[in-house]
Amino acid sequence: MAAFDYKPPGMTWDVIVIGGGHAGAEAAAAAARCGARTLLLTHKLETIGEMSCNPAIGGLGKGHLVREIDALDGIMGRLADRAGIQFRMLNRSKGAAVRGPRSQIDRRLYREAVQAELAATPNLEIRAEAVEDVTVVDGRVVGVVTATGKHIAAGQVVLTTGTFLKGVIHQGERRIPAGRMGDAPAIGLSNRLYGLGLRMGRLKTGTPARLDGATIDWSGLEMQDADAEPIPFSFLTDRISTPQVQCGITHTTEETHRIIAERLGESAVYGGRATGVGPRYCPSIEDKVVRFRDKTSHQIFLEPEGLDDDTVYPNGISTSVSAETQDLFLRTIPGLERVQVRRYGYAIEYDYVDPRELDTALQVQRMAGLYLAGQINGTTGYEEAAAQGLVAGLNAARAAAGAAPAVFARDEAYIGVMIDDLVTKGVTEPYRMFTSRAEFRLSLRADNADQRLTARGLKLGVVGPSRADVFTRKATTLAAARTQARALTLTPSAAAKAGLLVKADGQRRNLLELLAYPSIGFDDLARLWPQLAQWPAVVREQVEIDASYAGYLDRQAADVAAFRRDEDLQLPATLDYAAMGGLSNEVREKLIAIRPQTLGQAARIEGVTPGALTALLAHVRRRAA
Amino acid sequence: MNDTIYAPATAAGRAAVAVVRISGTRTRAVVRALAGRLPAPRRASLRRLTTTDGVAIDDALVLIFHGPASYTGEDAAELHLHGGRAVMDGVLHALADQGLRLAEPGEFTRRAFENGKLDLAQAEGVADLIDAETEAQRRQALDQLGGRLSEVRARWAETLTTALAMLEAGLDFPDEELPEDVASRARPILLSLLAELEVAAADAERGARVRDGYRIAILGAPNAGKSTLLNALAKREAAIVTATPGTTRDIIESPMVLGGYKVIIADTAGLRATEDEIEAEGVRRAQAWGQAADLRIWLADGADPAANFEGAATGDLRLITKRDLSAGPAHLDGTPFTARSPNDVAWLESTLAQRVVGALAGSEPPAATRLRHRERLVEGAASLRQALSQDHHVELIAEDVRLAARALASLTGRIDPEAVLGRIFATFCIGK
Repeated sequence: MAAFDYKPPGMTWDVIVIGGGHAGAEAAAAAARCGARTLLLTHKLETIGEMSCNPAIGGLGKGHLVREIDALDGIMGRLADRAGIQFRMLNRSKGAAVRGPRSQIDRRLYREAVQAELAATPNLEIRAEAVEDVTVVDGRVVGVVTATGKHIAAGQVVLTTGTFLKGVIHQGERRIPAGRMGDAPAIGLSNRLYGLGLRMGRLKTGTPARLDGATIDWSGLEMQDADAEPIPFSFLTDRISTPQVQCGITHTTEETHRIIAERLGESAVYGGRATGVGPRYCPSIEDKVVRFRDKTSHQIFLEPEGLDDDTVYPNGISTSVSAETQDLFLRTIPGLERVQVRRYGYAIEYDYVDPRELDTALQVQRMAGLYLAGQINGTTGYEEAAAQGLVAGLNAARAAAGAAPAVFARDEAYIGVMIDDLVTKGVTEPYRMFTSRAEFRLSLRADNADQRLTARGLKLGVVGPSRADVFTRKATTLAAARTQARALTLTPSAAAKAGLLVKADGQRRNLLELLAYPSIGFDDLARLWPQLAQWPAVVREQVEIDASYAGYLDRQAADVAAFRRDEDLQLPATLDYAAMGGLSNEVREKLIAIRPQTLGQAARIEGVTPGALTALLAHVRRRAA
Repeated sequence: MNDTIYAPATAAGRAAVAVVRISGTRTRAVVRALAGRLPAPRRASLRRLTTTDGVAIDDALVLIFHGPASYTGEDAAELHLHGGRAVMDGVLHALADQGLRLAEPGEFTRRAFENGKLDLAQAEGVADLIDAETEAQRRQALDQLGGRLSEVRARWAETLTTALAMLEAGLDFPDEELPEDVASRARPILLSLLAELEVAAADAERGARVRDGYRIAILGAPNAGKSTLLNALAKREAAIVTATPGTTRDIIESPMVLGGYKVIIADTAGLRATEDEIEAEGVRRAQAWGQAADLRIWLADGADPAANFEGAATGDLRLITKRDLSAGPAHLDGTPFTARSPNDVAWLESTLAQRVVGALAGSEPPAATRLRHRERLVEGAASLRQALSQDHHVELIAEDVRLAARALASLTGRIDPEAVLGRIFATFCIGK
């Protein structure tokens, strides 16, 4: 008999989100924005929005994700704008497609901002309760059971519990079962997931020690400034008003490497105590010393954790050697000769659910009503987690309302690239977003995320009125500017007179065509057409970027059309691959395991042949609208 | 919306009749361009097919189907050609020149499904066939790269992966300690890949012997009967025959069909030491042509006691001519022959036909494969040229290299972004 439920009798929650990390916060906010009655359950209210690894948000690919979350009216971009203390646009000197916004974040400001934001979100209730299990009736989730034995009914449940599955922390010889330092792992829920027979894998990640900034000698260190004019993450933020600080840069020394090499046996991996696969792009300092023997020094960024917190995060030296060895090697690093450690670094190993068990809405294929988002799916990073949280929350809310799932495709968003990669290919190391993963990189830019996604988000009901307003105004201005740009034309001789070099072919060229010349800048044209001076900066920037990529984007349109042809062919969920003819056993097994949702996704599964696709095509009942 | 595609519908190789299928919106326009008048729908009509520059290719049966009453449900056509690869080759090239695209394996079938023309059982039935065809095409395309196939394929894939790693490293990891010039390290490897692609594309462009003709050289001393033999084979006066030695001073090429294949037989200047500058040039050309030929027929004058087969190599045909006049010198090892005997000429024709068929049948990838192969090489090379023509925006250089990799994917396999990332992490210590 279920215990007393907080909701009035007979009522159930539309969506329950378990976990208050970045996936959980974004999932709860998205579900609530869609109008679903949403309950967020977490074992500790004060860790909602906690940044448990490095104090930074954004970067290449990751910054793109933040912009996309923001374009769908998610919370991460806006809150990072309030908590950001060192904004830098990465690749500023390169093309727009590969510029990534990034900022150091004040941990406390961010955490508080998330907690305040969620507390003020309509349709969302937050409770501190550990969840022991989900309730299952007839193969679908109907609610959760709390640690106190209470049953709470819900139509959909989003699980965002990070690294809690068989989480083990390694520090030297010490092994501590835990999700995060100081937090206990949830055993009951784990048993439920294992009981479902989902395919699982084991991964590993690590963190460096946290340092007392007052014990660092900054005087000899190279310092890195924030951008003079910080560019916000959110399309809603006009300007950054949080004070900006510097990061320090130092390096490991040969002495550092010698100490680590001598005590390699203490490390979780080299001591043979950890078997999980760690990320190749974020190796521990032990890995760096072993794998890049020739390098006598590795760069370390000394990142402040907050404006009024002098803890420093030394980015680049995550480690799992003993506390004693950490003290020893840290003090061989310039600037850290007398450093005091506030918390020692550690490696954490955990199980993840093979994301090929999920569909593109992030719902577990064999458990209707159960959604997974974040690290539990084998990803890493706040941004990747938040983006999945948004998609899971959105889809849970849609399912609650009886609406069709919302899927983002690879040609629309990095969110789509990530989810397609996850559910189609699975992961072999913690999955992180990079721009090189996106085949339509030139059109999936941070600058145009709103134009790609906000209108779609409005239709899906996940974008609120104030953003709708800002978006519509910008879209109108932009459309007018583009019309004007096409109407402003020059003959080659007029261009030559103005000192602009174009081919003397008698062809009139409009402003966009002229801007496509690398030698012609916006200012050159603004001298000819003074009315351009009235264009807002964002509009001018958009038109310039569009023009610079025009040739490539035109060509990409054909590729997008070809991509769409297969992507729009839905494979019915009821397809019985076991009974289907014309498939080899290998292909059949893969299709059964992954259950692709479109012909395009099927084609991206390794080993699926053109013949198999032809057979599948015959089973496509109808084209998607 | 759908572009117009074409492909041979019958298996490559010799057959009495070969069929080429066309499907898509431009079908009727293209058939009109090749065949002149359009036949009535669904009625087989004899038409002479010609290239855009008016050269006749074949007299073929042409069938037109108006969509949706066709296999694919679109406008479609079938061209029933006389079997023989030269003819098939000519037609496929003419269709490519019209801007049509060679169908991917299974593409006709796919269009048929999309237009509701096939049922489930039929679809499942063709799956195996399509995979077999895909694999065969891959093998044939690679065969054309000449023996070192897997090596070439692996090297190109490797080059593209490395180049992309150098380009992408700086884009995805701007805060890492990478060498300053990391992106420009891609340049030299792309340049050498481009050179290789251009050579391979030119090879493919030159086409095959089946299209250009199998080359047979008639060689021998002056007055051994070379011109007489050519005329007997060509059944016309292709070469001037006189009793004066050294009458033929240039190469006289005569095209003919043997065993269903196009053959070029060349009469050459008699090989002898000479003071005459013009004749000496003729001798030099004869030797060069002979060397490049696929087969050499050496003639020795049976009436000349000093006659010999000097210069002949293993595999060359050796004829002792003028059998009707003399039994020939006993020391000569060759087949006694006279061009005056229809039997002897018929024997020679059949011997040559066997050689031609033996050399060409099955040895080369069919035209369809070569065309596809060339298209990809040319496309890949164009993208690389574009990549190398710019030097500032690295993301655009990377884009062009990605396009090149995609064009070459049927040869190298897909270059997975994971492989590129793997290369970056193996080469550089990434780890902020």
